[in-house]
Amino acid sequence: MRVSYKWLKDYVDIPVSPEELAEKMTMAGVAVENIEYPGRALDKIVTGRIEKILPHPNADKLVVCQINTGAEKLQVVTGAPNVREGQIILLALVGATLPGGKITKAKLRGVDSFGMLCSAQELGLDPKNFPPDQQEGILEFAPDTPLGMDARELLGLDDAILELDLTPNRADCLSMVGVAREVSAVLGTELKLPEIKVSETDETIDGQVTVTINNPELCGRYVGRLIRNVKIGPSPGWMQQRLQAAGIRPISNVVDVTNYVMMELGQPLHAFDYDKLKGRSIIVRKGQPGEKMYSLDEVERQLTPDMLVIADAERAVAIAGVMGGLDTEITDETTSVLIESAYFNPASIHRTSKSLALRSESSMRFEKGVDITGCLLAATRACQLIQEMGAGDVVKGAVDNFPAPRENPVIRLRPERVALVMGVEVPRNEIKDIMKRLDFGVTEEGSDFLVKVPLRRGDISLEIDLIEEVARLFGYNNIPTTLPEGATTEGRQTAPQAVTDKIIDVMTECGLSEIITLSFMNPRVFDLLNIPQDSTLRQAVTIQNPLSEEQRLLRTTMIPGILDILSRNAARKNKDLAFFEVGRVFTPLRGEKLPRETLTLVAGVMGKTLSGWRTKPDDMDFYYLKGVLETLLDSLNISAYDIIPETGNSTFHPGRTAAVMLAGRKAGVIGELHPDVAENYRLNERVYVMELNLEDIIDHAGGIKKYSPLPKYPAVERDLAIVVSGDIPASEINRVIRKSGGVLLESISLFDVYQGEQIKKGFKSLAFSLRFQAPDRTLTDEEVNAILEKIQSALQENFRAELRA
Amino acid sequence: MKEKLKAMKAEALKELDAAANLERVNEIRVKYLGKKGELTGILRGMGALSAEERPVIGQLANEVRESLEEEISGKTAALKEAEKLAKLSKETIDVTLPGRPFQIGRRHPLTAVLDEIKEIFLGLGFEIAEGPEVELDYYNFEALNFPADHPARDMQDSFYIDFGVLLRTHTSPVQPRVMEKKAPGIPVKVIAPGKVYRRDDDATHSPMFHQVEGFIIDRKISFSDLKGILLVVARQVFGEDRQIRLRPSFFPFTEPSAEVDVSCIICNGAGCRVCSNTGWLEILGAGMIHPNVLKMSGYDPEKVTGFAFGLGVERIAMLKYGIDDLRLLFDNDKRFLTQF
Ligand SMILES: [Zn+2]
Repeated sequence: MRVSYKWLKDYVDIPVSPEELAEKMTMAGVAVENIEYPGRALDKIVTGRIEKILPHPNADKLVVCQINTGAEKLQVVTGAPNVREGQIILLALVGATLPGGKITKAKLRGVDSFGMLCSAQELGLDPKNFPPDQQEGILEFAPDTPLGMDARELLGLDDAILELDLTPNRADCLSMVGVAREVSAVLGTELKLPEIKVSETDETIDGQVTVTINNPELCGRYVGRLIRNVKIGPSPGWMQQRLQAAGIRPISNVVDVTNYVMMELGQPLHAFDYDKLKGRSIIVRKGQPGEKMYSLDEVERQLTPDMLVIADAERAVAIAGVMGGLDTEITDETTSVLIESAYFNPASIHRTSKSLALRSESSMRFEKGVDITGCLLAATRACQLIQEMGAGDVVKGAVDNFPAPRENPVIRLRPERVALVMGVEVPRNEIKDIMKRLDFGVTEEGSDFLVKVPLRRGDISLEIDLIEEVARLFGYNNIPTTLPEGATTEGRQTAPQAVTDKIIDVMTECGLSEIITLSFMNPRVFDLLNIPQDSTLRQAVTIQNPLSEEQRLLRTTMIPGILDILSRNAARKNKDLAFFEVGRVFTPLRGEKLPRETLTLVAGVMGKTLSGWRTKPDDMDFYYLKGVLETLLDSLNISAYDIIPETGNSTFHPGRTAAVMLAGRKAGVIGELHPDVAENYRLNERVYVMELNLEDIIDHAGGIKKYSPLPKYPAVERDLAIVVSGDIPASEINRVIRKSGGVLLESISLFDVYQGEQIKKGFKSLAFSLRFQAPDRTLTDEEVNAILEKIQSALQENFRAELRA
Repeated sequence: MKEKLKAMKAEALKELDAAANLERVNEIRVKYLGKKGELTGILRGMGALSAEERPVIGQLANEVRESLEEEISGKTAALKEAEKLAKLSKETIDVTLPGRPFQIGRRHPLTAVLDEIKEIFLGLGFEIAEGPEVELDYYNFEALNFPADHPARDMQDSFYIDFGVLLRTHTSPVQPRVMEKKAPGIPVKVIAPGKVYRRDDDATHSPMFHQVEGFIIDRKISFSDLKGILLVVARQVFGEDRQIRLRPSFFPFTEPSAEVDVSCIICNGAGCRVCSNTGWLEILGAGMIHPNVLKMSGYDPEKVTGFAFGLGVERIAMLKYGIDDLRLLFDNDKRFLTQF
């Protein structure tokens, strides 16, 4: 809503500057987003009369004008085609700054020129707002215009336009009078409403128009007034200026008046050419299947039973509240006008304007709810204006179909409730004063107030709505600052939240940086990831109205997100990448409205670790990422897990992938990305990725670790090196050592793996460091040797392991 | 013999003085004081001395021995010190060379800000709740007092999954979800951080972003309490000298409602480009929980009141770290991520 400060002053006393007014309104809840000063640039531009025009001695297309500005006589050279002696024009004096540049004293083809005659364009104004004959050349004004008058005053641009950013509840501020009411409440100054009265002719409207409302739930009121002897022409300059200030283009007197009244009172009006209405009747009904109508913008509209239309005896003549029809449009030949002033159901107008993609100043107001009590007044105001400008005679009376008039609600307002909600005792008389400033009726009952709220404030129906009015006009910043009383509470996180925080800690400590990607997934990624056609990963939640095809699905795996980021970084020559992300994946559940949301961790690494002059870089390979995984599980106090080879996963390298098993269930995968997948993502290095279901991890995360006492007796360490066939997994050997070592084997640590010249082909050497310990004594060599022999024979038996010298 | 001893001492001291290292000192000690050393040699001739001379010479010999031993140990200490200094000076390294790099990952700035916010509220006695990202229309709108078909729903252009199912457009649906579980229990002090989604994608909007919802329900919660909590939070997040300002606003689920501004962290209120010369930065929306919302989720608004607020994590992260482009937050460039 654009509000002219000058126009607003017609309706309310404003003893403050536009800037101060803006600040006060904003702090009371009607936000002024911006203040525009339309005339700010138009300095040193005044009216003048062209006294004499002489040909230019050296140029055919230029003339030399003598101009009287009242204060001085100036010579100006111009090329404007429409100059005439006696004309009143706008002259930009030397020193004026126009959008095209600064005006200086100039010599044009040898003749001195002291200024410039102005066209609309040169003033930075829209030429279409001026008469056609002036759109090309200079602007021309009435002969009685005073000389030396400032252009801003003349054009009504000595103004400030407040741009309101209205919240949806404040539809009452979509009019000048509505804003004036608000200003009056905020500043406590007097409201000066326009006097609305019209002198009518003897002809009465009775029998000339019938209004039938078929759907009173969609049209709560319909007022019609008739104007005869209409003379279509331009509206007066002051009205055009005000409409322009409000952002509305002047069209003709009748149309301008309907727009002017909408801006002034907030009630959208429509003007029909009465003679083109068939059967002298207005029927408010739903559109019929197959019904069509040309709207004012000359587009053929398909009407439907979902839309409310205005029809005459034969056809639809307007889409109610949204746009009028072409057939009954006001034209230069129109002599009788029917003014429509109605109340339409906001939701219905919203649906219709949305489905037709037609939004207008009118539909916007109906959608937000107009004042049903103001319909008749607005129609009369339009008649008054048309009559006052001599553009028509107003027929006596109005048709007013108001099926179910509503009473103003009366709401009980308890001062103690005001105090409770606001946290400050507002004096009774101040509450009462605020209600009165809002022009609400107030009576007292015991200690309570009974407040009668006018229907123009459709946002107020509960006590809390009144408390809000008190709070905002009392001033939010006058409310004290306190802290809640009452029982103290303990801040806490749920176990999953605490575990998630821990996971982020561990991952960053392990050298991976956190990323955050969008939860959307491109349907193409299933193929990019080589995911089989029958995989459940392909069953994703689908968004009905995605922003693009790439964002059609919700992710079922976090892997594509991290691969995108690795790929993007690699493309930017960022090397040595180690990332992770914690987020949710979404799985549709049959028979459930909501999908399952599973908290998931993904990590991806490629390249090498940091290096320095004394630090050799390490490959971030499978074992690097596995180390991260083991550290993570250990930090979460999870020890009962297995990491076993996984071969069937087509996203990953068949020989370098493992499943993470928790209590026999697969909780994740870790491995090298399949080269085909890496290529699909334009990654030309080996990439290692793991994905873990964090819900499973959280379920298994141990609580607080229990202390075990430090050993009292020294441990004995022995190394054991064996040679076994190359295909035996280390974990199997580990398991056999553990089992055969018994309780005295305290720990096993693999410190070397060797395959090469010194070993038989197809075999590998593994070297373990074994640590033996008893809680109650120092172990003897004999005891340890006996266990070691047992281990050796178990390895021999199970794997045909040989001792390596 | 006296002369012999004196001469020997003088000779020994001379040699000691010239000794350049510990081996030489040791040689000198052996030469003069050793079992087969010169002093022993001289003392061997003691038998020829008279009974009167013997103690005198004996004492002198002892004095010579003690004094030589003292000199030797002094010399030894001095040489050791010198050797240590020489060794230390040889061991000098270039301390200006860089240290070994440790590979430490970084939290995403949004997580860092979220952690900070969670920490503040945990300290204030809030518990942390969560809700689904795919949400029922009921919780996202209806239970929050958005009437069906009300134009206010235009304010939130949503991603729809199915009829009545959408990606939540704010973290506010956690309010009714928590209330339904706890009603009529009080006090309720909850924050709910999480991802939210709106159909907007341009330089200043991401279709997915993060919010933190917070709310309190208790017997006598007032608007002034809301101001108090928000002031604490603004100061903990942006610094102790921050001021806040509340402007009346509108949300269907709170009334009275407010937009909350914090005094500009760049210019301290003087006006700059970041705050569009207003001196204030809008950081969150808040208000008293609407009685209809309390009622729908099982609380009696005559018995309890509450306030709620929702803040945008991206906005706070951008202000805090001076990030001028929202898209950087979801671009995940290594050079960006490793700055935090
Ligand atoms: Zn600033």
